[in-house]
Amino acid sequence: MDHHASPTAALDEDAALTPLHPDHVKVLRIQTALAALPFAVGAGVLEFAQLLPRGLVMAPVLIVIALLVLRVPLRRYHAKGFDMGEDRLRVVRGLLFSSDTVVPFGRVQHIDLDQGPLERHYRLATLTVHTAGTHNASVHLPGLAHQDAVAMRETIRAHIRRETV
Amino acid sequence: MNGAAEPRQPRRTAPVGLFVSAIAGLRQSVAAIVALTYVARDMGPLLWVGLAVAVTILAINLLVAGLSWHRLTFHVGDEDIRVESGIVSRTARSVPYERIQDVSLEQGLLARLFGLVVVRFETGAGGADDIALTYLTEAEGEELRGLVRRRRDQDAPLAADGLADVPDDPATVLFAMGPRRVLTYGAFEFSLAVVAVIFGVTQQFDFLLPFDIWDLEEWEQRLAGSGARLVALGTTAQVIGALIGVAALLLIGFATGIVRTLLREWGFVLEKTERGFRRRRGLLTRTDVVMPIHRVQAMRIGTRIVRRMFGWHGLKFVSLAQDAGTANHVVAPFGKVEELWPVACEAGFAPPADDLVWQQAVRAYRNDSVMLVAIVPAVLSLVPIAMGYPWFAAIPLAVGAALVVGELIAWRNTHHALDPHQVLSRSGWLAPGLEIAPRVKLQSVDFRQGPLARRHGYGTLHLGLAGGTFAIGGVAVERARELRAAILASVTATDYSDLNR
Repeated sequence: MDHHASPTAALDEDAALTPLHPDHVKVLRIQTALAALPFAVGAGVLEFAQLLPRGLVMAPVLIVIALLVLRVPLRRYHAKGFDMGEDRLRVVRGLLFSSDTVVPFGRVQHIDLDQGPLERHYRLATLTVHTAGTHNASVHLPGLAHQDAVAMRETIRAHIRRETV
Repeated sequence: MNGAAEPRQPRRTAPVGLFVSAIAGLRQSVAAIVALTYVARDMGPLLWVGLAVAVTILAINLLVAGLSWHRLTFHVGDEDIRVESGIVSRTARSVPYERIQDVSLEQGLLARLFGLVVVRFETGAGGADDIALTYLTEAEGEELRGLVRRRRDQDAPLAADGLADVPDDPATVLFAMGPRRVLTYGAFEFSLAVVAVIFGVTQQFDFLLPFDIWDLEEWEQRLAGSGARLVALGTTAQVIGALIGVAALLLIGFATGIVRTLLREWGFVLEKTERGFRRRRGLLTRTDVVMPIHRVQAMRIGTRIVRRMFGWHGLKFVSLAQDAGTANHVVAPFGKVEELWPVACEAGFAPPADDLVWQQAVRAYRNDSVMLVAIVPAVLSLVPIAMGYPWFAAIPLAVGAALVVGELIAWRNTHHALDPHQVLSRSGWLAPGLEIAPRVKLQSVDFRQGPLARRHGYGTLHLGLAGGTFAIGGVAVERARELRAAILASVTATDYSDLNR
């Protein structure tokens, strides 16, 4: 087997990636916690019913949830990054299944700026660029500080030549 | 054609189209007719009741069609085409000429008898949102198409009499299929789909049969009658019977393929006109599609196992527009390679140069995919061994071995290359195909790695293609970096809006 790169090597080592806003970790944690809530409740009910020895269900479930809420979002955060180039936007993400996407500004069809309730609370925003391609029709970049996202949108928009067809 | 002389007046579609719509509507209300006849079956002789119901429904259809015909007007203006429609709630829609990508004409069997066409204005918004004028006369359709094309080209205001005489674009035939070629094509389109349909129908309508075909006892009784003679004929006769059965199945398969192909591909002509590629085909439903050259995003030359042995291939273009539900436009469905390349070259593609360096997918990719396909059969083979029937383990093992061999062959066929203007990719199992995309027409570059791919330093390169997908598997990280840098350098040099000019 030929090892071309160490497991963590990104596609371009030369261009340093900009990390996302640190508050993105908090958003990820809250989202994971909300998703894990039904399982915690279910485990609690099983525990309450006393069908199994005490702690047999609750303890492992709580450990897994703690890992998912505390550790995984941090690692996911560190796996993400972006780079605003002269004429292109690069978005890197994914812990297990990684993806490294480059969208040239000249191919951006339109730009979205979204804020969910959680993101609004932390003054974050998700920047989405849409391309005409079937694959990667929309590339999302979450966890940007809102004013940064607005600035990025303006930069990209300035690059898209406006043509009144 | 009064409307032609006064383009500024709102116009209506062809009145004859009313009958075509009404009759087409009748076909859709077959279920309703049957149901109503069934309800009213006690009111008189069945035939008369059925006829009365059919006539009533036809009359209602005609009335509705007439009302909507009366309420639908279209207006060919200086800037746009406006269509107002709706019996109760009115819709007014306007399409500026600049947004009309193309005008396609479509003829069903009935419409063809009456010399009518459906004129569809493609805006690139996708099939459902396109404006269609159902049933204009053939002449009106052609004239409208010519008008839209010229309007898109020059912004000169419309002359009042500018509509009538439209010289057809000078066209050169790029690819055509005569009856012989279509028949050969049909023979290779062997299909047993009709057998499946018949089987499905017998299941749906088995209550119509005098006996239950799923009841074994009843079969035995029937066989005991006339069937007993068959049994008495002995093994030879039974073998001959089985052979006849297989032959019948083969015959059905070939016949289905030939008939379907004849209906679809009869009189296939691909021409190059000023406006792009124009394709006409079809026996009963004749379609006429024009695809501007600049909208071609990529090409695919493909084949299948059997026809490959005879050197037959097909050429498709990936385009922004939809073609009968699929994004691939068939431009030359069945031809020799040397016939297909000239067509591809007309769209700006170049055949791979002889000295082009093809890169094979990395070995780690092969090893990982072989492992992934082998894992499930290997685990399954453990089950019979554990249960004490070691011989049954041979079945999953054989399947696993076949899958592994398939992966190995597929890996041998997976290659990609980069030439100064294009990205090329060859892949496929028994009938490998070739895909080519111009570098400037790509929308984005995405490099994806799963956990295994990450460990072994390779990944899949997905190239954003408008109207299709383009992925190259098993690309080493360094190679992916090179490819990406090269492709992006070409892409960023041209803006998207300059591409579609």
